[in-house]
Amino acid sequence: MIAHLPILQVILPLMAAPLCLMLKRPQLVWVFALIASGLAFVVSVLLLQQVMTTGVISYELGGWQAPWGIEYRIDKLNAFLLLIISGISTIVLVAAQTSIEKEIPKDKHVYFYVLYLLSLTGMLGIVATGDAFNVFVFLEVSSLSAYALIAMGQKRQALWASYQYLIMGTIGATFILIGIGLMYQMTGTLNMYDLSQRLPEVAQTRTVFAAFAFVVVGVCLKLAMFPLHLWLPNAYTYAPSIVTAFFAATATKVAVYLLIRFTFSVFGVSFSFTTIPLETLFMALGLVGIFVASTSAIFQSNVKRLFAFSSIAQIGYMIVGFSLTTVTGLTATLLHLFNHALMKGAIFLALAAVIYRVGSVELTNLRGLGRQMPLTMAAIVIGGLSLIGVPLTVGFVSKWYLLIALIEEGLWPVAVLILLGSMLAVVYVWRIVEVAYFKEPLDKNVIVKEAPLSFLIPIWALVIANIYFGIDTRLSVQVAEAAAQSLFGGAL
Amino acid sequence: MLIDLFNHWIVITLMMCGLYMVIAHGNLIKKLVGLAVFQTSVFIFYISMAKVDGGTAPILADGIVHYSNPLPHVLILTAIVVGIATTALGLSLVVRIKEAYGSIEEEEIQQQDIQHQKNNAHTKVKLEEEA
Amino acid sequence: MVVAFAIIRMKDLFAVVMLLGIYGLLSASFFVAMDAVDVAFTEAAVGAGISTLLMLVVIAITGRKEKANRHKPLPALLIVLITGGLLVYGTLDMPHFGAADAPIHNHVAPRYIDDSMAEVGVPNIVTSVLASYRAFDTFGEVVVIFTAGIGVLTLLSVARRKEDDEEATAINDSMHEQHLVIRIVAKILIPFILLFALYVQFHGDFGPGGGFQAGVIFAAAIILYTMLFGLNTARKVINQTFIQLIAAIGVLLYGSVGIVSLMNGGNFFDYNVLASDPIAGQHLGILLIEWGVGCTVASIMIVIFFNFAGRRELYQHNQVPQNQEPS
Repeated sequence: MIAHLPILQVILPLMAAPLCLMLKRPQLVWVFALIASGLAFVVSVLLLQQVMTTGVISYELGGWQAPWGIEYRIDKLNAFLLLIISGISTIVLVAAQTSIEKEIPKDKHVYFYVLYLLSLTGMLGIVATGDAFNVFVFLEVSSLSAYALIAMGQKRQALWASYQYLIMGTIGATFILIGIGLMYQMTGTLNMYDLSQRLPEVAQTRTVFAAFAFVVVGVCLKLAMFPLHLWLPNAYTYAPSIVTAFFAATATKVAVYLLIRFTFSVFGVSFSFTTIPLETLFMALGLVGIFVASTSAIFQSNVKRLFAFSSIAQIGYMIVGFSLTTVTGLTATLLHLFNHALMKGAIFLALAAVIYRVGSVELTNLRGLGRQMPLTMAAIVIGGLSLIGVPLTVGFVSKWYLLIALIEEGLWPVAVLILLGSMLAVVYVWRIVEVAYFKEPLDKNVIVKEAPLSFLIPIWALVIANIYFGIDTRLSVQVAEAAAQSLFGGAL
Repeated sequence: MLIDLFNHWIVITLMMCGLYMVIAHGNLIKKLVGLAVFQTSVFIFYISMAKVDGGTAPILADGIVHYSNPLPHVLILTAIVVGIATTALGLSLVVRIKEAYGSIEEEEIQQQDIQHQKNNAHTKVKLEEEA
Repeated sequence: MVVAFAIIRMKDLFAVVMLLGIYGLLSASFFVAMDAVDVAFTEAAVGAGISTLLMLVVIAITGRKEKANRHKPLPALLIVLITGGLLVYGTLDMPHFGAADAPIHNHVAPRYIDDSMAEVGVPNIVTSVLASYRAFDTFGEVVVIFTAGIGVLTLLSVARRKEDDEEATAINDSMHEQHLVIRIVAKILIPFILLFALYVQFHGDFGPGGGFQAGVIFAAAIILYTMLFGLNTARKVINQTFIQLIAAIGVLLYGSVGIVSLMNGGNFFDYNVLASDPIAGQHLGILLIEWGVGCTVASIMIVIFFNFAGRRELYQHNQVPQNQEPS
C-alpha cells in the first residue's frame, strides 16, 4: 500500500464524505470524520518521511503516463503542506462536536461534517496534484464547500459574507482557468512538470506573460493578499467558529502554496523574477498589507475580526519573505506558513471556546475572562505573543529567519519596517490582555465556567506545539529549508 | 493576420461584458448572471482553440484524418459542471439573503449592516457607562 | 454579442434570465460549429436549461425588478478595460484560429487521437479522455456537483410539517385541473425522456453523450413531472433521503472503481486490471464510472430543484421560516 500513499491522502477524506451522509447520526459521523482525518494525517506523516529520504514521488493516476494522464507529484514542499493541513484539520475536528452544538441547528450537523471533509479533500487535492487543470477542479471543491460552511454562521451577515466570497472566489478561479488555458495554448500540456520544461521555449511571448498575470492575480484573490483581501474579514468573522479556526489555519496556506508552485516551479525563477519585476511589486504590497491590516486590527471591537485582520497582516510577512527570492527568504515564508497555522489554530479555537461559554467575542464580553476561563485566555495570550514574535514561541523563529534573509540582502530599511509592524501586533494583543485581565466583568453575577475538555485538549495541544517548535526548531526548519532549496534547484 | 485573431477578440469582449456586470451591478442575481456569462465566454475561448481547420468532431470514424483537439472539450465539460454548481450555490445564497435582509440589492444590504453596527456600538457604550 | 450587451442594459430580471438562456443556447450552437458536440450537448442542457430554470425559480421568490442604481461604474470599467487589454495583448502571440500547427495539436493530443482506440477501445475520443486518461478530473467534477448539492441542502432545506402537506396538495390539485391537456401530453412524454436519458447514458461510448448529460436529462424529466403535478406529489414518488442516498452512492461507485483497481494491483483508476483483458477492463471501468456520474448528477439536480421549489412554496403560503434571528 506504501506505493499508493499519494492517492490515499486525498481519497480517504473524499470517500469518507459520502459515507458520512449514510451514517445519519451526528455523533457517529463526528467519530467517523475524525478517524478519516486522523488517517489522512498518518498518511501525510508517512509521505513526508518517504519524501525526505527518497526524494520526489510521482504517482500516475489511471496508470497513464504523465503528460497524458493526471499525475500526483509529491515533493518536499507539498509533503510539508499536506502535513500542516491534515494535522490542523484533525486537531480542530476534535473540538468540532461541542462547538457546533451551540452554533449550528441540529438537523444540519451531518451536512457540516460532510462539507468539512470535502473542504479538506479539496485542499489536499490542490496541494498533492501535479496537473494544472486538476488544481482548478479541486480548488472548486474546496471553495464551494467553504462558501456553504461560512454561510452556516449564526448571524445573517454570514450569508452576505459568503456571497461576497463566492463572487470574489469565482472570479479568482476563472482567472486561474484563463491563465491555465493560455499556458495550455502555448505549450500543449497541462502537467506542471511538463509545463516547466516547455515554457522556457516560449517564455518571451506576450501570451505567456498574460498567462502569468492571470494566474498570479487569480491566486492572489484566493490568498486575500492586500489589496484583494476585502472578502476575508467578514468571512472569518461570521463563519461558525470551528470553520474559522480551520480556514484561518489552512485555507490561505494553500493559496500561498499555489503562488509558490506556479512562480517557482511552473514558470521558473528566472521567468517570474527577472522578466517581470514581481519581487519589487510583491515586497511593496506585502509591506503595505502588514501596516494597513495591523492598523485596522487595532481598531476592531470584535475579536474574531481583529484576528482576521491580523491574518491578512501575517500573509504580508509571507509575501515579503517570498519576494526576496532567496533560499533563506523562502525558508522564512515556509516556516511562517507552518507557524502561523499553529498560532491561528490555537487562537481561533480558544475563541470558539469563548463563544461556547459566553456566546459572543465582542471585546466587552471578554472583560474579566482572564480569571473565569484562565486556561482558554492563557492560550490566546500565548498565541498572541507568538504573533508578535516573542522568543521561545514559533513566531520568533519565523520572524528571525525573515530578518536574517532581509539583512543578507542588505535591505535594512525593510527589516526595520518589519519590526515596526510587529509593534503594531503588540498593540492589538495588549488590548485583549487589558480587557481580559485588568477589567472587571460587566455583570458580576454571571459565572462563566472554564471551557470543557473537548476544547482544552486541542487548544493546548496547539499551544504546546507553539512553544515546542519555538524551542526545538530542528524538524520544521530542516523541512522548510530542504523544500526551499529544492525549489531553487529548479526541478519540481 | 489580425483577422485570424478576430475570433479571440470577440470572446474577450464577451468575457469583459460578463466581468463588468459582476463588478458594476448591485443586484445579486444580475451579478450571478454576469458570472455565468463570464464563465461561458471562457468556455468559448477554450473550445475555439481546439478547432482545427478541416477537422471534424473527435469521434473516430473511418476515412477521417483530421479531428479537432479533444482535450479542451473534456476540460470544458468539467468546467461547465463546476459553473452550474457555483451558480446553484450562489442562487441558494441569494434566496437566504432575501429572507434575512428583505432585499437583493447590494447597497441596501450594506446599509442595513452599517446601521446594525452603529446600533451595536451605541448599546456597547451604554453598557460600559453602566459598568 | 448583442445578447450580452442587452443583458447589461436590461432592468427586468425576467428578461435578463431569458436572454441568458438564449446566450447559453447560442454558445451551444457555436460549440457544434467548433466540432465540440459533447460540450454543446452539455451546454444546451445546463446553460440553456437547468441554470435558466433555477434562476427563474429564484426570481419568483425575490421579485423581478432591478433597482436603478448602478454604483461604481467607473472603477469597474477601468478594471474591465485593464483585464481585457491584457488579454488582447496576450492574444497577439497566440497561434491563429484553426491553425493545425499550434502547439496544443502537436504535444499531448495526438496520442489521444491516434492511440485511444487501441488503448481504451472507445470511438468517442472525448469519452475516452474524460473517463480514462483524465478520469480523476471527472471524479473531481462529480465531487464538485456533490458538494454543491450538499451546500444547497444546508442552505435551503426546511423541516416539513404534515398539515401543510395536505393543505398544499389541495391547492395544487385545484390549480392543475386546468392544465389537463398538458398533463396528459407530459405523461406520455416523460417515459420517453427517461428512455432517452438511458440511451444517452449507454451511447456515450460511440456518440456524444455520457453520464453527465444523461443525468441532466433524467433530472429534467423529473422536474417536468414536478412542475405539472406539484411538488408534493413528486415528493411522494421520490423520497428526499432516498435521493440523497443515490447521490452518495454515485460518488462511492465512482471511487470504488478506483479502489478496486488499487486492490487488483494497478494504480488508482487503472481500468486495465479490472478484467483479464485490458480493453474489456477499460470498457467495464468506463461503464461503471459513467453510471456513478449519472446517478450523482441526476439526483443532485433533483435535490437542488426540490429545495428551491420547496422554498418557493413556503413563500406562496406566507410562512417564511424565521430561523434567522434579526441580529
